[in-house]
Amino acid sequence: MSTLSKTSPRGARRTAAPRAGRVRRLSRRDKWVLSLMVGLPTLIQLVLVWIPTLLSAALSFTRWNGLSLDDIKPAGLSNYQFIAENYPPFWPAVQHNVLWLVFLAVIATPLGLLLAILLDQNIRGTKIYQSIFFTPVMLSLALIGVIWQLFYNRDSGLLNFLLGTAGTPHAVDWFGDSGVNIWAALIAATWRHAGYVMILYLAGLKGVDPTLREAAQIDGANAVQTFFRVIFPAMRPVNVIIIVITVIESLRAFDIVYVINRGTNGLELISALVIQNLVGEGQVIGVGSALAVILLVISLVPITFYLSRAFGKDKEA
Amino acid sequence: MTMHEDALRRASSQGGWDRRTLLKTFGAGALAIAGVPSLAACTGGSGPSGGASSGSKTVSFGSGSSDEVPKNAYKAVTDAFTKKSGVTVNTNVVPHNDFQNKINTYLQGSPDDTFTWFAGYRMQYYAGKGLLAPIDDVWEKIGGNYSEAMKKASTGADGKMYFVPNYNYPWGFFYRKSLWTEKGYEVPATFDALTALAKKMQADGLIPIEFADKDGWPAMGTFDYLNMRLNGYQFHMDLTAHKESWDQKKVSDVFDTWKALLPFQNPNALGMTWQDSAKNLENKKSGMYLLGSFLTQQYTDKTVADDIDFFPFPELAMEGRDAVEAPIDGLLLSKKGGENQSARDFLAYLGTPEGQDVYASVDGSNIAAAKGADTSKFSPLSKKMADVIANAKSISQFFDRDALPAMANNVMIPALQSFIKDGSVDVKNLEAQAKSLYAAQ
Repeated sequence: MSTLSKTSPRGARRTAAPRAGRVRRLSRRDKWVLSLMVGLPTLIQLVLVWIPTLLSAALSFTRWNGLSLDDIKPAGLSNYQFIAENYPPFWPAVQHNVLWLVFLAVIATPLGLLLAILLDQNIRGTKIYQSIFFTPVMLSLALIGVIWQLFYNRDSGLLNFLLGTAGTPHAVDWFGDSGVNIWAALIAATWRHAGYVMILYLAGLKGVDPTLREAAQIDGANAVQTFFRVIFPAMRPVNVIIIVITVIESLRAFDIVYVINRGTNGLELISALVIQNLVGEGQVIGVGSALAVILLVISLVPITFYLSRAFGKDKEA
Repeated sequence: MTMHEDALRRASSQGGWDRRTLLKTFGAGALAIAGVPSLAACTGGSGPSGGASSGSKTVSFGSGSSDEVPKNAYKAVTDAFTKKSGVTVNTNVVPHNDFQNKINTYLQGSPDDTFTWFAGYRMQYYAGKGLLAPIDDVWEKIGGNYSEAMKKASTGADGKMYFVPNYNYPWGFFYRKSLWTEKGYEVPATFDALTALAKKMQADGLIPIEFADKDGWPAMGTFDYLNMRLNGYQFHMDLTAHKESWDQKKVSDVFDTWKALLPFQNPNALGMTWQDSAKNLENKKSGMYLLGSFLTQQYTDKTVADDIDFFPFPELAMEGRDAVEAPIDGLLLSKKGGENQSARDFLAYLGTPEGQDVYASVDGSNIAAAKGADTSKFSPLSKKMADVIANAKSISQFFDRDALPAMANNVMIPALQSFIKDGSVDVKNLEAQAKSLYAAQ
């Protein structure tokens, strides 16, 4: 990228030279500024994103204890083999990530859309409702943990109290029962995700040309038809963003399971396994890097697909 | 909240954790590779911080004891040492979480002359990598102050001494005296007596053995004791160091024995933290609780605290009750610090009853590791626990200190949690994972 920025003005000058001063006005200083503006972000991107990513990928084919560089031993595919064959939390984690994606796509995202439509109707106090639904997105990890603890605690939680089972042996152990806790976590995730989607769709709805709506009404479309045939397609840029966000959120889902029990006992997620293997005490750099690469590859597939489709269509239009 | 940093650190699983930390970690590879050559250059000669030449009058001291009470306690020790010897001690306190997570880079960079750490596998591991300085000369001076078990725990795999114990705290069964007198329970000396007692408690409508494992690590204590009582201390050490295979009858026997105990442990363990369990014990909902003595920190009500008593894990198959699980915290000397005679003097000072008393005068919640330390201020419970440790022939450090941390965190936690759930464990898979993880070291 940085080479491009250097060559392109020069090339442009050569071809455009006969057509008077427009390009010549790019003084030496301009070129400096330009290459700085392109080069600096490129450098930052390179240092913070690409180099670590490539190093991480490289480390996934090695065994390393994190001490001296001499200790890095090539390991071929053994880390990947270990993950697939001998690492019990891995396959449950994959399943949970898929479940997470389906749940967000089928329940959380439509819920956010519904909230956006309702709040777009100019009902009284709509600003207050917006703030309330958006609050979860802004809360810190620790606070989310506390809030859901209040709901889900086995003996003193609100939920078991409402069910009338608090303090009895029949009380549901929302966090501890490995058959239940993934759903508890998904509901907490929905609580955040819906607010996020709602804000994006609200912005999208405000951006839709009101004349479209009027035209549809004049043509005799009812509210449902107007929305699905006219408004929703008109929000296509927002829809693409929402799809991408939903996929990304489900793949990097991490914080909620981490505050519950750090992603063990029925709450395994790939991202949590990456953390467990790369950060802190249980550090196994090879395995952690391999997991990170797996997560990266999985993420790239849907993102590339949707982005290329979205931009491809834009060009056609 | 000062007692068991390790436990508290994990107990606060809701601690500060943000995506930035995650990003940092992904960047860590890059930084490590970029940074190591220059850092290696630092460790070669005398480092910039603290005096590395012999006879220097300053010592740099890295402390992971960042909680208020232990921090002040170490300050009291360094002040007393300075007063006595005229050597200045520069203390660098690092939050204990960070300190532990960054120990690898810390030791390879420019570590302090001396720093806080634990006994056990990880001490031996770094010693084996040549990152620590042996301190046999210090032990010649202070050896008499420590029991045989303490000495064993301070020795590296090469037979040299590396560690100066400061304090420790035992794991065992805790119970409320008043409840036991009321119901006429007696302290069980054998495993059979323990199960018989548990049955009686169950009939009385109690949860016999309180248990919590939401955080994953507390269940390791039960495993450690069962393994030591069933197969002996040495086998437990060899297994945790992976000199023994997990895929053998001796290991599956441990889980089979545990299965007999499982019906008496709190069935909701997987959703509970040890603090929840402590509450149950306080409210006399459960009969006893196998945990480290940091449990007593939960009982701020003095009448409850005075009502707590302790007994060691009962005898099972071999070695009676000779082995005690009592994680030891203390000091190590970094490779660089090995050249600083004052740092050695500082370690020797901490290893005297005098130094230990200074520490204990501020932080009284732990049990001083040296023999001659003042026990007059101990509560009867502390005295009892100190006796158990003093009479122990061998001391284990808890699974996550005796084993490879990755083995403890990534393998044992899920394995034990699924065992608690359905009573089954796949020792073949444990061995397969152990093989791969230990090979990576």
